[in-house]
Amino acid sequence: MTDLSYSPRSPGRTAGRPPATAVRREPPVRPEYERAVAATGPIGDVARPLSLWERLGNVAALRRLVILAAIAALWQALAGWQNNPLMFPTFTATMAALWDGIRSDGLPAMAWTSLAVLLKGYAVAVAAAVLLTAVAVTTRVGNDLLSTLTSMFNPLPAIALLPIAMLWFGLGEVSLIFVLVHAVLWPLALNTHAGFTSVSETLRMAGRNYGLSGLRYVLTLLIPAAFPAILTGLKVGWAFAWRTLIAAELVFGVSSGKGGLGWFIFQNRNELYIDKVFAGLVTVILIGLLVENVVFRWIEVHTVRKWGMVR
Amino acid sequence: MNALTFPQGIDTAGASERPLLDVSGVTLQYKTRRHLVTATYRVDFQVFQAERYILLGPSGCGKSSLLKAVGGFLQPVEGAIRLNGRKVTRPGPDRMMVFQEFDQLPPWKTVKQNVMFPLLASGKAGRREAEEKALDCIARVNLTKFADVHPHMLSGGMKQRVAIARAMAMEPDILLMDEPFAALDALTRRKMQEELLALWDDLRFTVLFVTHSIEEALVVGSRILVLSPHPGQVKAELNCAVHDHGSVGGAEFQALANRIHTMLFAEDVEGAVTDGVSDAAAGGTR
Repeated sequence: MTDLSYSPRSPGRTAGRPPATAVRREPPVRPEYERAVAATGPIGDVARPLSLWERLGNVAALRRLVILAAIAALWQALAGWQNNPLMFPTFTATMAALWDGIRSDGLPAMAWTSLAVLLKGYAVAVAAAVLLTAVAVTTRVGNDLLSTLTSMFNPLPAIALLPIAMLWFGLGEVSLIFVLVHAVLWPLALNTHAGFTSVSETLRMAGRNYGLSGLRYVLTLLIPAAFPAILTGLKVGWAFAWRTLIAAELVFGVSSGKGGLGWFIFQNRNELYIDKVFAGLVTVILIGLLVENVVFRWIEVHTVRKWGMVR
Repeated sequence: MNALTFPQGIDTAGASERPLLDVSGVTLQYKTRRHLVTATYRVDFQVFQAERYILLGPSGCGKSSLLKAVGGFLQPVEGAIRLNGRKVTRPGPDRMMVFQEFDQLPPWKTVKQNVMFPLLASGKAGRREAEEKALDCIARVNLTKFADVHPHMLSGGMKQRVAIARAMAMEPDILLMDEPFAALDALTRRKMQEELLALWDDLRFTVLFVTHSIEEALVVGSRILVLSPHPGQVKAELNCAVHDHGSVGGAEFQALANRIHTMLFAEDVEGAVTDGVSDAAAGGTR
């Protein structure tokens, strides 16, 4: 390009030093052309299959398994170095205790006791959250009610309510369900409501254009449109519920007679079976991982990811 | 929906000459945090069967507000909007909207489900019939291959086509289009305009179309309502059925375009001058 200015066609103007008076430089006039589009040739195929390594790297489950394996290895190394099975049993010892617990101590039954209570509380809370947020989006009073209640109760730790719950409902499942509902309801309602308010005006208008109103409007338009936020609320609620339940069982050993996972941990600590305590903790973690990576993952893949609402 | 009953407004010449949509003396206002803004002031116009009626004006002339009012999303403070003689009070599936934004399609439904959704939601058709209609309309906008794809996989033009198919399938009394092609690139826009005209040739629906482009108005419309801004008032009503893409750049087309241009921007020159002086002065010129 630059050598154009030195071309012999315009010798007087641009050669040598720039002229004293600024000359308007015109862009060069170049010939036009048309071409037929050639085959891609040297670039090769338009699409190329990924290599095995690239494909493996794309499997999220595999990547996460690698992380888990690394953590387990680190654990094993640290515990081996500490060499104090009473305080910090190794990974292999914990796995052995877990296996033992599953085979002879009825660990699965205890886990199920906990899970069953958890699911009941969770279901009640989800239903209540849907109801509360539906009222909140359709009426202004409902909106004020929801924001007041969430700001009042969301910061209140569920476990702090347990003594009162036990006073009201006795030492049993009902007290546990009460605190679980409290643990799940507020974060879920908060997230759901935030999701509803972020639904685009155009989409709302499109829905009303169809003649949708009231509960049908909430169910067929708002809930799916707000689903990414609702799903986050469900996950947070699940985690809160799990913590609350284990803590409640640990501290109060509530569901009398047939204890849950928390009770299992508590009892074994009393008897200084530390490897079993670790086995109980691992069970809690495993169930959490399973729910997060299988149940919620499945829901996510079949809804918000499929719809292109999240990456 | 029930076009055969005429509870009121039989005062016009005869049933065939009765306007489909009658907007009379409509003043629209909306509240912002600080102000009460008047979007349109006593706007009158009538739309007849099979017209391609354009609302044209610069931004701030209340054309989109007018369309929303016809859609039933906005209540007039003064005047009335009648469709088939019945007063418009709320949104309904007899007036289908095509919005400018691409997010008007629920992302959790495939193209086919999106087109079926209003048919099912309004109870206009059963599942089987809705599916048939949907596939037919999707074929009309050339998206048959994409019937089972979710909207996030489509380009902007394709999404607008789905929105048009969705509106078509409902066979509404009037189709409301709010700058439907404004967010598209120029080439796609032209293609979409051609397709819309071809569809109209086939089906002869009535459409109320909002745009700020004079060229688009002349090409797409059969009749144009020119609105002046702040607040929107009727400036003129013109015929332009003779113009299409073929006549763009012709002498007659240019003449009409220039006429509209002068109409819209003659006072804007004043506005531009006074804007620099003070707000009060600008208010005085309105």
